[in-house]
Amino acid sequence: MPADFLYSVRNLTVEYKTRAGVVRAVDNVSLDIRRGEILGLVGESGCGKSTLGKALMRLHTGPASIAGGELWFDGRDLMKLSDREMPDVRGAEIGMVFQDPMTSLNPVQRILDHLTETIQTHEPEISEAAARARSEELVERLGIRRERLNEYPHQMSGGMRQRVMISLALALRAKLVIADEPTTSLDVIVEAKFLDLLKELQKEFGLTILLITHNIGVVAEVADRVAVMYAAKMAEVGDVKDVFADPKHPYTQGLLKSVPNIRLDEGELYKMEGAPPNLLHPPAGCRFHPRCPFVMEVCRTMEPAFAPVVGDHFASCLLYQEAGMKQESLHG
Amino acid sequence: MIGVPAVVLLAYVFIRGSTGLRHYILTRIGLTLPMVFILATLVFFIMRVLPGDPVRSALGPKGSPEMIQQIREQLGLNDPMIVQYGRFIGNMVTLDFGNSLIGGHRPIVDEMSERFPATLELVIPSSILALLVGIWGGTFAASRRKRTADYLWRIYSVVIYSLPIFWLGLVMQLLFGVQLKWLPISGRIDPIIGISIEHITNLYAVDALLTGNWPALVSVMQHLVLPTITLGLVLSGVFVRMTRINVIETLQADYIAAARARGIRERMLVYGHALKNAMIPVITLIGLQVAILLAGAVLTETVFSWPGMGRYLVERISARDYTAVQSVITVFALLVALISLAVDVIYSLVDPRVRY
Repeated sequence: MPADFLYSVRNLTVEYKTRAGVVRAVDNVSLDIRRGEILGLVGESGCGKSTLGKALMRLHTGPASIAGGELWFDGRDLMKLSDREMPDVRGAEIGMVFQDPMTSLNPVQRILDHLTETIQTHEPEISEAAARARSEELVERLGIRRERLNEYPHQMSGGMRQRVMISLALALRAKLVIADEPTTSLDVIVEAKFLDLLKELQKEFGLTILLITHNIGVVAEVADRVAVMYAAKMAEVGDVKDVFADPKHPYTQGLLKSVPNIRLDEGELYKMEGAPPNLLHPPAGCRFHPRCPFVMEVCRTMEPAFAPVVGDHFASCLLYQEAGMKQESLHG
Repeated sequence: MIGVPAVVLLAYVFIRGSTGLRHYILTRIGLTLPMVFILATLVFFIMRVLPGDPVRSALGPKGSPEMIQQIREQLGLNDPMIVQYGRFIGNMVTLDFGNSLIGGHRPIVDEMSERFPATLELVIPSSILALLVGIWGGTFAASRRKRTADYLWRIYSVVIYSLPIFWLGLVMQLLFGVQLKWLPISGRIDPIIGISIEHITNLYAVDALLTGNWPALVSVMQHLVLPTITLGLVLSGVFVRMTRINVIETLQADYIAAARARGIRERMLVYGHALKNAMIPVITLIGLQVAILLAGAVLTETVFSWPGMGRYLVERISARDYTAVQSVITVFALLVALISLAVDVIYSLVDPRVRY
């Protein structure tokens, strides 16, 4: 693995067993996360982005399971760790911030106990007092007064709780923080503050952040690179500037066009035709072909590879691949 | 008194707690008194509507009508109903329950204070057993959801919950007492060893411990095993179910997933995080089960000839000892109300979100 990648996902497949059959929520996805970057992972609800985020920590329980793939984190394949070893990675090396800070903290546990428990789980030799001191220092850097550590979650506001969630993810200096829709339940002003905080932390701690969101605006604001998922597959990955300036995949193009722009008065907002496919029976060929404005004959049968288009800008679209180009030239 | 820990807890909370909590406790006590009053009134009239008569049943067929009339007159049973009722309520306000209508006409307070410790000695270990089995079993089943252990605990809880106490008691006696001859089947203590016991608290186990009377302690323990298991297991069924379903629900909460993502071990997630949250509704249930516990004690004491309040109640119902029955029921009602209140207060201590 190249050294500048903190996390390299290779051919990851996650399956849900349902009554109707097996659903592949993440289907043969590969993704690289660079050290020190904020990578935005966007897509519609149900495209598999949250499932992918959880799979990075092997957090699936119940009907979901990782059916295959490699999870190379910091030089080792997490898939090779046993169920007993996995909890040592969680929290200590990879932290997670969940969508809803209102329900992600234990209502009968004080904030301080959340922090000291996490610290002492991973570093049992640390004394209660030392864990407390570390927690106080940490939350103060995140703008929470240390007296508030004695409070219970219900005594705090949403934005405050989300900072607590961040402090929990950072309590052990995790190298990677996976933030799953961290601002969805916050109001716009608190959201902006929170995003600023993320950027500060990235610089201050050299933190790598995977920011999962359905909000393209959030990605544009804070992310260095962006990954776009569609129907359990990776559609496009590249630098935020490149992707936003020149989106390659027709799905990304549609997605960007359908973002309302306050400065331009274009009349009616662009609306992408159709709906994402049912993953129980995904369409053959390219998954996007039933909705694609540039659909070609070959798209109905042949699955595009996820391949570079220009430099580090990847897309899985036959428009840029040999099979597609041939067909296009046929039609003139 | 079984109520002692409850009273101590309430007093502590009352002194240390917030104004709101104090207000709440006072309101609840204020609501309890009319409830007990209504209940006592009901029992008073129901007893007198029942066929039979305390004097006639005490004297048996030998009693001549003149004698019966004379004793009835002495006991005040010939007074108008409203006068008797007034006397009963008047006595109750001063916590004097009057005298028994049969036998030596002893004060009911004396009779109850002999029997109450026996009931305590049965009810306390039974509740502890029920809670231990119920909470541990329910949590374990929840952590093994849809696996063999879960199914076995679920079968256990349904079967044990649907068994009649007296039947289970009889089976226990038959199996461990009569067939295997391991354990005694009736009474609190071996009658011969019982002579040696000093009556300090009348909790025989405590008395034996205090005086270092080891043979008595062994005998008390042996006598306790079967009734405790009978009453405790029957009560545990509902706790298994309640704990299991609440732990399962809690385990699906976001904060459990979040704690798992911080590397907290599964064991800690179940027995630390989930159980504590799941206990909140279960605690309410424990308060409600006190009444069932006392009803179960009546049956258990009857089966095991346990000289406690339950058996006393059954005896005095058949003897139509009005004052005794009224008094026992009133005490039971007060007890249930007091413990439910204590449980509700504990609830507010466990759940930081509850503010009275």
